[in-house]
Amino acid sequence: MVSVTRIVLQRLVLGLLTLFVVSIVIFIAVNMLPGDFAQAILGQGATPEAVEAIRRDLGLDQPPVIRYFQWLGRALQGDLGSSFAQANFANFTGTESGATTVAAQIAPRFANTMFLAGVTAAIAVPVSLVLGILAALYRNSAFDRVANIFTLSSISSPEFFLAYVLILFLAVLNPLLPSLSNIYSDMTLGQRVERTLLPALTLTLVVTAHMMRMTRAAIINLLASPYIEMARLKGLSPLRVIVHHALPNALAPIINVIALNLAYLITGVVVVEVVFVYPGIGQLFVDAVKIRDIPMVQACCLIFAAAYILLNFSADILSILSNPRLRHPK
Amino acid sequence: MTQPLLKIRGLKIEGRSDETWTPIINGIDLDLNRGDVLGLIGESGAGKSTLGLAAMGFTRDGCRISAGSVEFDGIELVNASAAVKRALLGKRIAYVAQSAAASFNPAHRLIDQHTEGPVQHGVMSRAESEADGIELYRKLRLPNADDIGFRYPHQVSGGQLQRAMTAMAMSCRPDLIIFDEPTTALDVTTQIEVLAAIRDIVQQFDTAAVYITHDLAVVAQMADRIKVLLQGDEVEEADTRTMLSAPTEEYTKSLWAVRRFQRPAKPAIPADATPVVSVRGITAAYAATTVLHDISFDMYAGRTVAVVGESGSGKSTVARCITGLLPPKSGAIEFMGTALPADYRKRSKDQLRQIQMIYQMADTALNPRKTIGQIIGRPVEFYLGLKGAKRRARVEDLLNLIELEPKIYFDRLPSELSGGQKQRIGIARALAAEPQFIICDEVTSALDQLVAEGILKLLARLQDELGLTYMVITHDLATVRAIADEMVVMKDGRVVEQGGKEQMFAPPHHPYTDLLLSSVPEMDPDWLTCLLEERGVDNIGDAAVGKM
Repeated sequence: MVSVTRIVLQRLVLGLLTLFVVSIVIFIAVNMLPGDFAQAILGQGATPEAVEAIRRDLGLDQPPVIRYFQWLGRALQGDLGSSFAQANFANFTGTESGATTVAAQIAPRFANTMFLAGVTAAIAVPVSLVLGILAALYRNSAFDRVANIFTLSSISSPEFFLAYVLILFLAVLNPLLPSLSNIYSDMTLGQRVERTLLPALTLTLVVTAHMMRMTRAAIINLLASPYIEMARLKGLSPLRVIVHHALPNALAPIINVIALNLAYLITGVVVVEVVFVYPGIGQLFVDAVKIRDIPMVQACCLIFAAAYILLNFSADILSILSNPRLRHPK
Repeated sequence: MTQPLLKIRGLKIEGRSDETWTPIINGIDLDLNRGDVLGLIGESGAGKSTLGLAAMGFTRDGCRISAGSVEFDGIELVNASAAVKRALLGKRIAYVAQSAAASFNPAHRLIDQHTEGPVQHGVMSRAESEADGIELYRKLRLPNADDIGFRYPHQVSGGQLQRAMTAMAMSCRPDLIIFDEPTTALDVTTQIEVLAAIRDIVQQFDTAAVYITHDLAVVAQMADRIKVLLQGDEVEEADTRTMLSAPTEEYTKSLWAVRRFQRPAKPAIPADATPVVSVRGITAAYAATTVLHDISFDMYAGRTVAVVGESGSGKSTVARCITGLLPPKSGAIEFMGTALPADYRKRSKDQLRQIQMIYQMADTALNPRKTIGQIIGRPVEFYLGLKGAKRRARVEDLLNLIELEPKIYFDRLPSELSGGQKQRIGIARALAAEPQFIICDEVTSALDQLVAEGILKLLARLQDELGLTYMVITHDLATVRAIADEMVVMKDGRVVEQGGKEQMFAPPHHPYTDLLLSSVPEMDPDWLTCLLEERGVDNIGDAAVGKM
């Protein structure tokens, strides 16, 4: 029997390898974007000489392989490079502020994104688990159907539509929550949570369906097992049969779906950020793509990839740990 | 006359299949007094388990009780509310399932599952129940009774799990326990320990029991009375001794007769004969674990060699070496005197053709999406190169050979066949290659006795007609007695003893062979008692630990 530590180490190495491959893919993909920063920034005044000068300044005239390894080497030391756009801005104004590095730009935005993801997860994960367990308990009942229809229609609607519906009901008709979520660093935690609640609710509607339906399916899948029949024949209540006997054996698929949805919350929420004017990393990323700010785009992509890999890695480890055969070898 | 503990009257149960309700139990009466043990016997599909569960007021999904009454100690269970039933289940009526390995929750420790019933029903506190559980483990002669409960199910062997499940059923001191084939999945030597343990504890606590099984010899040891079921109807019921000595119904007699099928002995092997397949000093391993140690035996034309042993003894691994699926570390497989390449990938098509296999689970060995004609036609085309009408004609011949009408079965799917018919298709598929040598891996262990007998007779007939050589892997000595000529006994990856069947079944035996042979239940109701006396209680498996 392979020990748990060995499996964990294997997954860790595999995760790092994946991250390395992804970094190559990101670099190639970003370099294949049409147009370049020099042309985008100079616009009408893009004379060949000016373009050439800016390209030389930013090191864009180097061959791609060399640029990749320079970037990778610096990234490994924690230096994600300087934002083209900010560096340029600093040149124009003559000020040299600390905010020109990619890391300094991304850090507050990323913290905001994590905050939004955290608030959403704190609402969505318990709600979907409870709904999923109840749907399994009262399967094929009216409750099950209503829960299914509600979550499926919310996942099928565009995010911005859900966002506007929530704004209409919770901000316009009943002014309970602010419709704008522009948070600042000097706000208190309470204020931040209040501002973040509406986008978090929108995202909850988006991610609940997956997690709830997987919880329900994973539990129902086990209900025909002999040990569930045994639990029933011991005269246990239906809720105890499901929570105590089915759920612990259904954890692996549920954990995996939760991880995928959390990764989505970190990487895929730009639409919701735009609707609520929330200063997350998604907007920063889209802006950077628009003006071909290559270091910024690469850094964002790398963070997204790392988030996916890290969450899937944790899900893997947790599902392995949920298996008593591995936790308690013979 | 006191009221019976369990009283079933005119019980009818229906099962749902394709939008219609078909009867499973057609009106059964049953009485069980306190402290009595009733044996329910019948083939699969007879409705034994359904009836056993119905005695608990429980039906599986897709089944319903359509008429009749089930009265437990004066409480009507049919149409009783879920709460009424929950108050009885586990507390006053308990259940012991066929596969303890599947019926223990893999996520919780044994003792946690043991104490759950008493704690939830408010019979005992957790601490009391835990102490009681350990006491019960000791009474059931489980090794390391003090700490076996603190293990997870996967850390405990099948026979021990089955006893732990009996202990769990006892946890609330119920009035009635339903035993649903509790020893079917166990080896004969383990079966004895479990049977003895169950019988003791049921007697000790004067618990009434319904004991469901398809094995007559087992039920003879356990039950005071026996009820025979056939397709949802009662055939007859009588006390055990009457039932064994003087069954009145034809069906019961046929069940009794099954075990008597035996082939006449064959003439001795000529001294100069070359074995069809010869296993020469095979040592094999999975990864670092050596599972076979220097195995050697020969198999001669037209004869059957039975390889016998408990699960884990390496029987099936020998088959994997012969077919080349698992190249041995040392030693060789010879076919008609010439060594075969160890790896099946290096064998010629003709070498592959000569050695075929029939599997235990016909269900999983047949592709569910192919018709019977395709399943048998594939090896016909692959090995013999027959196509079109010739291929079809050959498949029809093969179907006739296994006594299935080609017109009816050619275009059917495996799911439309019964278990015995599927196993026949497995045989036909092996025959399609026109091999000289066939490995039968537990081919009858998933089948009912009557059906299994049919398969064994078919195998015997085919051997006589086609001169086939069989290697039969089995843990069932009745099968060996029925069709084998030679016998190889294996234990822990070694050959313990081998020789002609007559010689092997007659004393003196190697101690392990003796243990194996004497563990096969006999129809005599006093067999278990006598055997236990003979062996002495301490000798039963790992019973040495703990006091009685």
